[in-house]
Amino acid sequence: MRVADYRTPSVGIDSVGHEARLLRLWETAPGLKGFFGSVDHKQIGIRYIVTAFVLLALGGIEALVMRVQLATPGGTLLTPEQYNQLFSTHGMTMIFLYASPILSGFSNYLWPLLLGSRDMAFPRLNAFGYWVYLASAAFMYAGFLMGNGPNDGWFNYVPYASRDYNPGLNQDFYALGMVFLGISTTVGAANFIVTAFRTRAPGMSINRMPILIWGTLTASAANLVVVPAVSLAFFLLWLDRQFGTHFFDNAHGGQPLLWQHLFWIFGHPWVYAIVLPAMGMVSDGLPVFCRRPLVGYSLVALSTVATMIFGFGVWVHHMFATGLPGLGLSFFSGASIAIVIPSAVAVFAWLATIWLGRPVITTAFLFFSSMILLFVIGGVSGFMTASVPVDWQLTDTYFVVAHLHYVLIGINVFPVMGAVYFWFPKLSGRMLDEKLGRWNFWIAFVGFNLAFLPMHLTGLLGMPRRVYTYHEGMGWDTLNMITSVGSFVFAAGVLLVFVNVWKSLKAGARAGDNPWDAPTLEWATSSPPPPYNFAVLPTVASRHPLWEDRLGDEPALSSLNKGLLLDQGKETIGTSALDAEPDMILEMPADSYAPVLLTVGLSILFVGLLCKAWMIVGVAIVMTAAALLFWMWPRRQLLEREPV
Amino acid sequence: MKSAPLAFLDAAGTRADTILPLTWFTVIVSVVVCLVIALLLWVGVRRRQTSGVADIRSVPVQRGGDGLRWISVGLLISAVPLLITLVWTMVALAKVAGPPRDAALTLDVTGHQWWWEVRYNSALPAEVFTTANEIHIPTGVPVLVRLHGGDVIHSFWVPKLSGKTDTIPGQTNLSWMQARLPGRYRGACNEFCGSQHANMAFEVVAEPPEDYERWRAAQLEAAPDPTSQPQIRGLALVEYRCGLCHQVRGTRAGAVSAPDLTHVMSRQMIASGTVPNTPGNLAAWIQNAQAVKPNSLMPNQYLSGDQLSDVLAYVETLK
Amino acid sequence: MTEVALAQPENLPVGPVGRHGVGYWGVATLVASEAALFSYLLFAYYYTGATAQPGWLLEIRPDLSLALPNTILLLASSFVAWFGERGVLNQHRGQALVGFAGAFIMGTVFVLVQWFEWKAKAFSIGTSSYASLYFVTTGFHIAHVLVGLLVLVALFVWTALDYFSPRRRLTVSAGVLYWHFVDIVWVFVFTTYYVTPYLGFGQ
Repeated sequence: MRVADYRTPSVGIDSVGHEARLLRLWETAPGLKGFFGSVDHKQIGIRYIVTAFVLLALGGIEALVMRVQLATPGGTLLTPEQYNQLFSTHGMTMIFLYASPILSGFSNYLWPLLLGSRDMAFPRLNAFGYWVYLASAAFMYAGFLMGNGPNDGWFNYVPYASRDYNPGLNQDFYALGMVFLGISTTVGAANFIVTAFRTRAPGMSINRMPILIWGTLTASAANLVVVPAVSLAFFLLWLDRQFGTHFFDNAHGGQPLLWQHLFWIFGHPWVYAIVLPAMGMVSDGLPVFCRRPLVGYSLVALSTVATMIFGFGVWVHHMFATGLPGLGLSFFSGASIAIVIPSAVAVFAWLATIWLGRPVITTAFLFFSSMILLFVIGGVSGFMTASVPVDWQLTDTYFVVAHLHYVLIGINVFPVMGAVYFWFPKLSGRMLDEKLGRWNFWIAFVGFNLAFLPMHLTGLLGMPRRVYTYHEGMGWDTLNMITSVGSFVFAAGVLLVFVNVWKSLKAGARAGDNPWDAPTLEWATSSPPPPYNFAVLPTVASRHPLWEDRLGDEPALSSLNKGLLLDQGKETIGTSALDAEPDMILEMPADSYAPVLLTVGLSILFVGLLCKAWMIVGVAIVMTAAALLFWMWPRRQLLEREPV
Repeated sequence: MKSAPLAFLDAAGTRADTILPLTWFTVIVSVVVCLVIALLLWVGVRRRQTSGVADIRSVPVQRGGDGLRWISVGLLISAVPLLITLVWTMVALAKVAGPPRDAALTLDVTGHQWWWEVRYNSALPAEVFTTANEIHIPTGVPVLVRLHGGDVIHSFWVPKLSGKTDTIPGQTNLSWMQARLPGRYRGACNEFCGSQHANMAFEVVAEPPEDYERWRAAQLEAAPDPTSQPQIRGLALVEYRCGLCHQVRGTRAGAVSAPDLTHVMSRQMIASGTVPNTPGNLAAWIQNAQAVKPNSLMPNQYLSGDQLSDVLAYVETLK
Repeated sequence: MTEVALAQPENLPVGPVGRHGVGYWGVATLVASEAALFSYLLFAYYYTGATAQPGWLLEIRPDLSLALPNTILLLASSFVAWFGERGVLNQHRGQALVGFAGAFIMGTVFVLVQWFEWKAKAFSIGTSSYASLYFVTTGFHIAHVLVGLLVLVALFVWTALDYFSPRRRLTVSAGVLYWHFVDIVWVFVFTTYYVTPYLGFGQ
């Protein structure tokens, strides 16, 4: 029977039969098809989160080994080459394999729930993004485990990265691995952008979206256009190394600084991309525990975008010492100072929310509120280095290491730990242990500050970064010992998150739909949610659908129990970009092997490129093309082609 | 801060002098901001808090208060130190950027993996000489430093005198320094450059002009002829072995891919600021450089005991 | 008494209709990302050229005798592909097939001519930074053209199999959008490598 081209979707309330129908349509297939072919954003989100946390642990162990080496002057635990691979792999792991994927994971899990939708706009692309992330992480770690890890820092400057000075496979693993990973980041970004603009619940106009949506959307828009810069840089590096091109070697007209420009044009927006979604988590979570809406929602949303836009214009502040002309330095210095303003909007909004609210102390609240202080500490050290003359003394010292850890741990890891405590009940249906949570928080907070606060002084006293050892009598001995001790305490704090999760998965108290009495849509469905998220799609009339009865200040109320049923197939609603008016019924794909097959093809391709085995590359290209064709083949079920 | 050789907080040169007050200003602003925020956070959390998740539904949800004022006041207050820093930065940058037009001395410094080549320029070709790792300058006058990249990117940094500037292959970067006080100032490579980036230090010795002139005159001399038998044997070994990479002016050791050794004994440290220049360290360095500085480009020499003492006997004359 | 907002839309399109559908947005974001990629490639050229020594430009007056007609051919192929898309829109299968096949042939000729041009260059990829930039940038473009050719073949086959109609043809629009992107990007690449030397850049 031909599916009608147009339909008036039925509106009604939930029923047992309705839920049974939806379950049949949306449940992931059992067995291998479900495991390898699942397109459920919740399963994909959890996979991202688990994998990212594994990599966080690996990166953390790398850091602890380094801190043992650096606890005393003249440490002999590591050879220079071992140390150099460790610090480079630590950076690569944390910044590329943890910081962004963890936020992708939470966003993937939460977005459709926050948006009152049944899945992301591109479920198969979503799955593909995860498989590529996993494969590229394995690819890069294979290099490390073979003793061929990256060894030139995470930003990998040439000429040291070139073949003349770095003949082993280290750089090739890193370069190709990053190009591979870039595919995941790009498709993830595309998915978030289209989802945000086309699949929100009816009535969720753009000024009613949770700030996490704003944060991840902004980060995704930026990633979409800056990831190509770093992928290109790494690809050109690989060409220089393996095919005798001359992009970066000045002996044949190449430009070493071209690498730095391409890298930092990507790199600076990237560091905003790995904190803005986390800031969104705080903006959405903190108000719940202050029992009031976020202060200055519009300003916070706009400042998110503004920070990112400014973030495109400051990359040269990573290159202040490279001998650039004064006019350029002045511009970038000014922009780097100015960017404090949009970033500060969120800080004041959060403080105001606390002051004008009634804080309820929970572990999640502790993580979300403490990050405000860590954000500011990280922010002021950034402000200091924004000034060129000061930067000329501080750049490439431990001062910058302190800065980057305060901003990355303070504005990514702490919010993530808060997010775990906040959303774990939704993901698992159980509560985390609050008592253990308090220990968790304080150990992490004390340990982190013990490790990294003294580091500012270490940098002011001149300790350069990326040194495998240092001499006695430089004034750094005690400071390094304190940092090393603190790092172990901090690691214990992070470990406690995993312990609490492990414990609570089995024995935690059962959580209801809305244990925190929170206002947003994810709390309007069960914990954990059914595969279809919402049996009845809500119509939204405010930013706080579940608080409307208490706040009582909106002209209309959201409709949560009555709404679009959309059970004629695997369907959700497509809505207009700004006002979220329903404008189409979206047919969603079933579980599919295409994403994982495509990933296998690409993995073989990259291994072939690494080994320069052209037969394998050829076969891989054919495999990849076939998988793509299989994926893109117009399907009746998705209404991409006419029934014949 | 004698105990912190690489700290710039006790500036001793013109450029570092200019940077320091701005640094203190930003440090003070930063600390004050952090304390204020911490206080606001602490008080904000404590004043109306309730504890315990069981109670959460009993704490009513409400709006209220002029939250936007927090944001506008906060931004306005933040803007003040930002603006001051911006203006001060531009002023300091103009003063510090240089380079001076009336440099009394011009040095060509080339960063190599993992040592510093320093060429002293002069209007008279006969007065141009090259040394390594220990840079002497006269106090009170600007010294222009032209920075060249020998292999990979390094960064020339002597904190008590001046901020850092990279050495990049394919371009010449300009830096300068002017020492206010005589002293021995430690410098370090400050851009990751490989295995021994951690051991690529150098020293800038600022001396009163007369002392500097004496040093310069001594540096211009070629190596003295050997006088004793061990020294003669030592010279032969140095020419034959060390001369593959090193130069000793006045002998047949004339290669330029490693530090110039003509006056190596006038330097207080060896292996680019890694170990003090003592007979024991020198012997260890020559014989087993890889143990002192793993992966450095100086290979182990595997000299016999006699050979080593001959070489040392000769090298000791290179003052 | 506050009323409850309830969305009760009528007569919504089911699945993608015409150009209206999430898939089109998806290809548009892909195009944005690839456009960014090319802009970085061109940035590399302009940055390297602006900071290079004299003599960097290996061809002060690049030979336009092949490149210019080839450019016109490629741009014309966009019209032909658009013509094919119109065929799908107006349910003229023959027109659609002619359009996609025509664009495919023109694109293939473009690739062959470019290949010929590459062989005729006096320099190779490892000669200098200019040479590397030339070959890799035009190479990236050819790679995108090859993907576009595969897309055109797929569109041809699917059209021949009667998959599409004026309503159900998002795949066609998305594919043709990609082809247009490939052609427009070439305008920028061509201008950079073949026209700016005449305007004095790089000398």
